[in-house]
Amino acid sequence: MTRQMTGAKMIVQALKDQGVEVVFGYPGGAVLPIYDEIFQQNDIRHILVRHEQGAVHAAEGYARATNKPGVVLVTSGPGATNAVTGITDALMDSIPIVVLSGQVPTFMIGNDAFQEADTVGITRACTKHNWLVKDTASLSGTIHEAFHVATTGRPGPVLIDIPKDVQFASATYTPPQKAKTSHYQPPVKGDMEAITALVEAMEKAKKPIFYTGGGVINSGPAASQLLRELVESTNFPITSTLMGLGAYPGTGKNWLGMLGMHGLYEANMAMHDCDLMINIGARFDDRITGLVSAFSPNSKKAHIDIDPSSINKVIHVDIPIIGDVAHVLEDILKVWKARGRKTDKESLQSWWAKIEDWKKVDCLAYKQAGKSIKPQYAIQRLEELTRDHDRYICTEVGQHQMWAAQFLTFDDPNRWMTSGGLGTMGYGLPASVGVQMAHPDSLVINVAGEASWLMNMQEMGTAVQFRLPVKQFILNNERLGMVRQWQELLHGERYSHSWSEALPDFVKLAEAFGCRGIKVDDPADLDEAIKEMIAYDGPVILDCLVEKHENCFPMIPSGEPHNKMLLGEASTKDAIGASGAVMV
Amino acid sequence: MSALKIKKGSTKHSAYNLRPTFSDVMEAHTLAVVVDNEAGVLARVIGLFSGRGYNIDSLTVAEIDHEGHRSRITIVTTGTPQVIEQIKAQLGRIVPVHEVHDLTVEGAAVERELALLKVTGTGDKRVEALRLADIFRANVVDSTLESFVFEITGTPEKIDAFADLMRPLGLSEVARTGVAALSRGQ
Repeated sequence: MTRQMTGAKMIVQALKDQGVEVVFGYPGGAVLPIYDEIFQQNDIRHILVRHEQGAVHAAEGYARATNKPGVVLVTSGPGATNAVTGITDALMDSIPIVVLSGQVPTFMIGNDAFQEADTVGITRACTKHNWLVKDTASLSGTIHEAFHVATTGRPGPVLIDIPKDVQFASATYTPPQKAKTSHYQPPVKGDMEAITALVEAMEKAKKPIFYTGGGVINSGPAASQLLRELVESTNFPITSTLMGLGAYPGTGKNWLGMLGMHGLYEANMAMHDCDLMINIGARFDDRITGLVSAFSPNSKKAHIDIDPSSINKVIHVDIPIIGDVAHVLEDILKVWKARGRKTDKESLQSWWAKIEDWKKVDCLAYKQAGKSIKPQYAIQRLEELTRDHDRYICTEVGQHQMWAAQFLTFDDPNRWMTSGGLGTMGYGLPASVGVQMAHPDSLVINVAGEASWLMNMQEMGTAVQFRLPVKQFILNNERLGMVRQWQELLHGERYSHSWSEALPDFVKLAEAFGCRGIKVDDPADLDEAIKEMIAYDGPVILDCLVEKHENCFPMIPSGEPHNKMLLGEASTKDAIGASGAVMV
Repeated sequence: MSALKIKKGSTKHSAYNLRPTFSDVMEAHTLAVVVDNEAGVLARVIGLFSGRGYNIDSLTVAEIDHEGHRSRITIVTTGTPQVIEQIKAQLGRIVPVHEVHDLTVEGAAVERELALLKVTGTGDKRVEALRLADIFRANVVDSTLESFVFEITGTPEKIDAFADLMRPLGLSEVARTGVAALSRGQ
């Protein structure tokens, strides 16, 4: 049976056939036919955001919390350009997002029409792929292909630009099963020769370490399970990037904590001194490597990544394995077991002893004293009081993000949503909206700084409208804390524009939005405030006033290697050389 | 490590195809990229080079399969071995890209470029230009009493050499196509 329908109806049908349940969007002239179709059905829920950037971040939060692609619907021109930051964020963090944008009618393209922008041109560099659909007959096939591209290989955002006349015209609908098979089929199985080489290196390693990243989480729950099995059975230590938290449990016995610029001392020292580094789904980002020429100088390096362009991009690796993490881990386990489950247990024991010594440094130590709340203390109390909940954490970007990564424990994947690659302030609030949509009964907390939070605070309206009880836990230091910290360390304590003046009264702001506002500034009242936030049945803004000049440690200064960490304020003097100051 | 003693390039998709070390030596490579001839595909390729700071020394593109809508892009680029590997990997992950061939390392290849050169002048210089054109097997495709347009095909070096000789003889304009290349043999 052939099915004739309008382009607009086709879009809604294709989304349904792709299993889409939620769309985050904002209407406008060039998508009115699609909104008319959305109005006339009940299968797909549309969440009206307050700004298109918020729509993309919400879709990112939804995608990360579900391992399903997030879907965004925006209008032409400003609708599409407002989405660009979110799309770029999804590209950097490999999040599958399908953006549908309206476009002026085909016969007006190129005429500088009202709300016309060259959307495919603008988003070419920030999508995995994009399409301009010029006739209705190819529309449904393109949408199915878009979902395939977004979710296959290294995931990422895609965009389909749909002119308004294409939405009005009719053609035959192609269901996903009948759509043309895409030539885009990246291999998922790793090279067995390379896998055997890695197993051989693992058997001989005296100081091995697993360095895992967001690729493990993108690969799906099976990858996290296999990773746990591999870590438990080899007894190798494991560290992870910001993006990979939760793939291996934070309470696991081999866990060293996060690595990198604000990672834990023991994790960074182990990375520097190891003799075998096994990178699983991470990409040697500059926040991880520090000074590249002094990065883990004496180790053999293996790198498992589904994207061939990640191999040897920054760090030369000895054993590259191109493939999907779950598939490759399965093969590694198979080969390792078949060869007799060998490791150098004696050397491992002394390696662990060394690691235990590093742990004794207690690099996250801080002192909660006096009448002001230390931000670390606030997060630690949040951890204590929410640990037993079915909990999802989002963050904004800055000091609070690093403290959250250091002090919160993640025992499962897909529970931690943060903007890693792009570092987008304003990510957390809309992301929490998306996560809560996916998990309506769970506790969804956005750990925020007041400056980041203000960047997309309009999305509180979305949370209130759709009764999404997201908890906004704002560590308010009235500063752009991370900028301030760098100015203190690098720019002679000249705090150029890094304070938040004329801040709103967050309690009144919450009331204005129609949700609950709580303010706390005394350590003695903190627990009560957090409990009240959790207990309240609805969205909450908790304004937690914290110590204004707290710095985030440990820290690897820019342009320094892993073993040159700063541990506290005493050791920061003259720590950053002139060449390091160039890097951010 | 014994398991690493795998002949490089022994299997086409083996990760061991990759070059062993980072080197600072700049190399020129000729890449052939087969793509779907769809809107914006050339912009994607060029955007990759400009966005990531790679060099393009020469670029040619034309549809080679009208029914299959495939185009072949030939790019001559310069970079360290690591950058060349990055360029190939980055090209390979563009969705409409079907094949990426490095003709410089995949065995012998023929490279040809076509150029049109306008030489103006009279008297001895005009006669000399015509004589040299004959030596270089350049054809005269347009002629007036005071000018020739020569058509020459060959390697970029041959065209450079011909243009250098024509310069003192009244070379006034040059148009070059850029390199097209194919691997030798089957």
